[in-house]
Amino acid sequence: MASGTELTPTSYMSHHLTNLTSSIGEGEFWTLHVDTLIMAALTGIVSLGFLWWVVRGATSGVPSKRQAFVELAIEFIDNQVKSTFHGDRHAFVAPAALTVFVWVLMMNAMDFLPIDIMAKVYELVGLHNWRSVPTADVNTTFALALSVWLLMIFFNMKVKGVGGWIHELVCSPFGKNPLLWPVNILFNLVEYVSKPLSHSLRLYGNIYAGEIIFLLLGMWAATGLAGTFFGTLLNAGWAIFHILIVTLQAFIFMMLTVVYLSMAHESH
Amino acid sequence: MNINFTLISQAMAFAIFIWFTVRFVWPPLMRAIENRQKTIAEGLAAGERGKRELELASQRSGDVVREAKQRASDIIAQAEKRAAEIVDEAKVAAREEGDRILVGAKAEVEQEVFRAKEVLRQQVADLALAGAAKILRREVDEKAHAELLTSLKAEL
Repeated sequence: MASGTELTPTSYMSHHLTNLTSSIGEGEFWTLHVDTLIMAALTGIVSLGFLWWVVRGATSGVPSKRQAFVELAIEFIDNQVKSTFHGDRHAFVAPAALTVFVWVLMMNAMDFLPIDIMAKVYELVGLHNWRSVPTADVNTTFALALSVWLLMIFFNMKVKGVGGWIHELVCSPFGKNPLLWPVNILFNLVEYVSKPLSHSLRLYGNIYAGEIIFLLLGMWAATGLAGTFFGTLLNAGWAIFHILIVTLQAFIFMMLTVVYLSMAHESH
Repeated sequence: MNINFTLISQAMAFAIFIWFTVRFVWPPLMRAIENRQKTIAEGLAAGERGKRELELASQRSGDVVREAKQRASDIIAQAEKRAAEIVDEAKVAAREEGDRILVGAKAEVEQEVFRAKEVLRQQVADLALAGAAKILRREVDEKAHAELLTSLKAEL
């Protein structure tokens, strides 16, 4: 809790939903969410670093339990990619999918940290506002979705050539007739806008909503003994259910990434 | 929900993480997995080959045993035949030997008989001569009648 302020539901909520910001220039755009960046970097470094550490000592003989676990994860991703993407997946798409899945999973999993206890811990080191879940920040999900979007355009141009891509924008999906060109362009425009939006907002919405529900249940716990009892019970229930959401959303985000990238590789 | 520079920083972090995975995480593990798949495939193939070879070997050993049995029974049959032949030969030889001994014995007996007859005749001749000599002591001159006496002796 931010010390010195009166504890109301509004202050409680806004306290937990305020990022630690740092201004790096004039204007609202030039601010950084330090907590988002650090938590994202930390989860990424820890999870991918773990993979790297295991893989570096990988043997083609009998694998250790640790290596078997990593192989299980990687082969799971590889199979998913194989069923969607028909090309040399090992060059880029499959490892990118692995990155997305592992990183997003870890960032989502930060939702399991008990918010109020973590707030106390952060308070101890002098951080009044610190959000643990990077994917509950729309900047993160948009960053990922837009990166995928740019990759999609890059692969479109790489595989089909700039001319081929423009031809596709103009002539598909309805046909080559010049009368249909405006319709095609409009259709593709909507598709290109909606892809990153739905991609990023789906993840953001799910994780943000999960966080809000944790906060609401936490608030209920402040109303008395009965509230504490049921709040705890429901919090535990929601946390267990959240395991599914966290994994599922990471999986969906990865699958959409793979689908978008493989669509970019296929001509119509 | 405020978009700010965090987005670009996160995108950069994302790019770095993807690069890291593409470069350092994915290839070594894929290599290890592919090597293992190859090893396993080879092991399975070797097992299959071993099984086939075992089958061939057992078939071959069966053949060898059968042939050996055949040869053993051949040898036994031959040996039996040979033994019978030897027995027959021995019988024939024994019979011949027996005949020969018999013939020899007969010849010897005849010889003995002949010799005994000879001796007997000699003695009879001598006796007769002695008798005749006793009778004819005066008349017969041993010197004058030697020729006569000798021819008489030969006649006896």
